[in-house]
Amino acid sequence: MTEVLVVGGGPAGMAAALAARRHGARVVLLEAGDDIGGQYWRHLPGGRADPGERLWHHGWDRFLAMRDELLGDDGCEVVTGAHVWSVERRDGAPPLVHVFVGEPDGQGREPRTLDPAALVLATGAYERTLPFPGWDLPGVFTAGAAQALAKGERVAVGRRVLVAGAGPFLLPVVAGLLRIGAEVAGVIEAAGPAQLAGGWAPRPWQLIAARRKAGELAGYARQLAAHRIPYRTGAAVVAAHGTDRVEAVTVARLTRDWTPVPGTGRRIEADAVCVSHGFVPRTELALAAGCAVGVDGAVTVDERQRTSVPGVLTAGELTGIGGVDLALAEGEIAGSVASGGVPAPGAVRERAVFRKFAARLAAAHGIRPGWRAWVDDDTVVCRCEDVTAGALRRAAELTGSRGLRSLKLTTRAGLGLCQGRTCGRTVESMLTGSNEPGLLDPGRTAHRPIAIPVRLGELAASTRTSNREDVP
Amino acid sequence: MTGIHIEVDGERIAGLAGQSIAGLLLADGRVAWRRTRTGRPRGVFCGIGACFDCLVTVNGLRDVRACQRRAVDGDKVDLQEDDRD
Repeated sequence: MTEVLVVGGGPAGMAAALAARRHGARVVLLEAGDDIGGQYWRHLPGGRADPGERLWHHGWDRFLAMRDELLGDDGCEVVTGAHVWSVERRDGAPPLVHVFVGEPDGQGREPRTLDPAALVLATGAYERTLPFPGWDLPGVFTAGAAQALAKGERVAVGRRVLVAGAGPFLLPVVAGLLRIGAEVAGVIEAAGPAQLAGGWAPRPWQLIAARRKAGELAGYARQLAAHRIPYRTGAAVVAAHGTDRVEAVTVARLTRDWTPVPGTGRRIEADAVCVSHGFVPRTELALAAGCAVGVDGAVTVDERQRTSVPGVLTAGELTGIGGVDLALAEGEIAGSVASGGVPAPGAVRERAVFRKFAARLAAAHGIRPGWRAWVDDDTVVCRCEDVTAGALRRAAELTGSRGLRSLKLTTRAGLGLCQGRTCGRTVESMLTGSNEPGLLDPGRTAHRPIAIPVRLGELAASTRTSNREDVP
Repeated sequence: MTGIHIEVDGERIAGLAGQSIAGLLLADGRVAWRRTRTGRPRGVFCGIGACFDCLVTVNGLRDVRACQRRAVDGDKVDLQEDDRD
């Protein structure tokens, strides 16, 4: 009997754990939050349950059924508050996984080390927000922050909110804001009509199988119309204004490559702006395990979700941004394969359908290089260490360096507490642009051997206990 | 829904059980509660624990992500400034 460790309790991790159980493996599922469901099914905590919770979600009944099955199963240990801080490679076996169990950023948490026969990483993604002048003013949020606070706490990030960036994810964010009573000043999509058509229009028959997605999007479009919310394509927030917090933004028209068109700037008043230009796979654990990663920053997998490291599989947004249906299918496949089984044909089919959908998403809304023109020299790029675009550009020119590591050390960009999660990709593309023929070590900003900040006291305590456990 | 109180830099603030410290501060009308090393104000940015903008000191322990930590009745929260150069 194979024993499977799943890291991440979102849709992909839940599906993987359930599939592994169906194939007879004992399973441990690690989740950093205090309930499973991930960002997609983020919800009010148990003590504050909302009878109308279902209205906030797609597939809520499916989530409840999956959660009930996992929590009611003696063969599956669901560990919440599980903060994986290190993945230790070994020869001839999947890596050891080191965890602190307890409060986020707490102390005196319980150290555990898990020794799995197969490891499924389903750590998801976080947002990529391109910098613009004033983007570090309080009141500028990622779109996901607005959604997390609305879905998880029923808190609105502002009274009059502008939603901007790229991709269909902006639309459910609008829905969440409206549901908690915020006014939405508009939705600004960077992709113009040509880019959108290039992604969505060709080979429409391929989309038939993914038509429930189209239904969801049509619902959001009706909502925008009912609330008379302006939806503008081929435009971007190119500056946020205010002293201690955002008071207004400038929105400008973009060319096809996302360069702002001079003279098209228009000021819009808002007390909050939510900006998302896409997502970055959360790869630190996969990289620490030694998994190969593609140029898009996603973990490379075969059709059975196996990575380049034997015994390590990945599923969901970590393997490429594709949404919940793809995450569920990949999780099902990964869990089956990790436990020595054969994946269900239905999951294999869904994976193929929604991988095509993901490719269209990338074509229709993918970041184009002109955005660098709206980043002036005073724009903060690294929010942790307050490193400006000007400082980065000067360091690259003065040192003539193409080594990302040395540029990080010179400027401190990416050396702060977030370990380059927020600025890493931006720093890489800004330096690539000014510094042909490209960086010596692309992707370097995603390497984080210690996955989360750990207090020294806990580290010392964890080395005193040798409590390596087989899974379970 | 259970009401709770936390103390923020000595001031008593009301919230709801289950709210994160960040959610509670935002609901109280605050948007910034940290200063970076050059003195720039920071509050919530990513809301999911990735950006570390929203750090606070909770019951004497520094560098706690306010968006990830649930507020507990009686918590003492102090606002943080990063070390200046």
